[in-house]
Amino acid sequence: MSTPATQLREVSAEGALDLASQGYRILDVREPVEWNAGHIPDATLLPLADLPARAAEVVPDKNAPLLVHCAVGARSLRAAAWLIQNGYRDVVSMRASLRDWRQLGGAWEAPQELLTPAQQLRYSRQVLIPEIGQAGQRKLLDSRVLLIGAGGLGSPVALYLAASGIGTLGLVDDDVVDESNLQRQVLHTSDRVGMPKTESARLTLNALNPETRVKEHRERLTSENVERLIADYDVIVDGTDNFDTRYLLNDAAVRLRKPVVHGSIYRWDGQVTTFVPFAGPCYRCMYPTQPPDELAPACAVAGVLGVLPGIVGLIQANEVFKLVLGVGETLAGRLLMFDAMSTEFSEVKVWRDPACPACGEGAQQ
Amino acid sequence: MSTVRIPPVLRETVGGARTVDAVGATVAAVLDDLFARHPALRDRVTDEGQLSRFVNVYVNDRDVRYREGLDTPVGPDDTVILLPAMAGGSR
Repeated sequence: MSTPATQLREVSAEGALDLASQGYRILDVREPVEWNAGHIPDATLLPLADLPARAAEVVPDKNAPLLVHCAVGARSLRAAAWLIQNGYRDVVSMRASLRDWRQLGGAWEAPQELLTPAQQLRYSRQVLIPEIGQAGQRKLLDSRVLLIGAGGLGSPVALYLAASGIGTLGLVDDDVVDESNLQRQVLHTSDRVGMPKTESARLTLNALNPETRVKEHRERLTSENVERLIADYDVIVDGTDNFDTRYLLNDAAVRLRKPVVHGSIYRWDGQVTTFVPFAGPCYRCMYPTQPPDELAPACAVAGVLGVLPGIVGLIQANEVFKLVLGVGETLAGRLLMFDAMSTEFSEVKVWRDPACPACGEGAQQ
Repeated sequence: MSTVRIPPVLRETVGGARTVDAVGATVAAVLDDLFARHPALRDRVTDEGQLSRFVNVYVNDRDVRYREGLDTPVGPDDTVILLPAMAGGSR
């Protein structure tokens, strides 16, 4: 003669609270997405569909008193029936909603709201990416990125960083919009010729994303202001037009340990790399000596293909993302070169120079 | 015969070519051969017979400063890259 089957019991929310206080182990048989939206803190998540495969591992003791719940009591009833059929002796299903549980003062753990509902919608396509998620999007929203130059390279970088939800974008530029900029500087528009570039950039960026805090720094980078300007930012994007500024920025960034994403363009060619102070080479490690002016003309002198800053700038923006999120591999230690004429990317390795005056062995760490 | 990649700012000195061929078993020999073929290039990147310090030289993807400098060996299938810094970005 076999032992009679254990009776399947159902309880109200009040009964469930009582059992929980007696030490019943709580099994939540909802789906992970429901769990993430809020759950009983002491509960163990074991979705109904996973029960046959995982019950023995999650609850090895078949005599353990179990309180099973879902959202309203339907799935938990099926789960309880399955558990009893499979030898568990003391299984109770809560026939009540979790709202009832909470209204009676049952313990509850609400999810940390990292994003507002509007942000969840706006950034949903990148929140879906496993390496980003809500936590990564929160990092982007909390991050501060400074662009040196709101021109050719700064335009695509700023547009995409703002669209993606980088919280604060600082723009350093003392120039005004010129008609000859519009062929490539896509932040600016024909009706803004003569307007300060930082102002034009702010209008464009806030039209795209009103949430982006755009900070205008209408000045040129100098030895007097460089440390003040970069101090409040997490990542610096270098898209300037001359060597003096690039070396000035490099040395200050090394001193303040700010990563710099470097881009430069000339006619059909572009170069991109990332400098992470003391973890990889700096600009002076790569180019200890600057070429004479005639070998390093600015776009204004030499010309530049309109799409080139777009291509190079978006590689820079991608570097910014990885630095902010702390994922993937940056271009630190690699110089990426793009040849638009042949549509070829190539790379050379860049080493830290032990004798570098900015970050070498003799420099202050 | 190895291949030498010419940076955009120096292409006019070699008739506009993006790459040129040169012969030599070391970086120094390759540059000598290159300069003999393209004297205008020599004038732009050498200073009193020495390669100017603002030009980085790579054999394939390696900076010769971290190998054997101008004595770094160059094989027939190798690519030598001459690379001065580029400034442009904003204007």
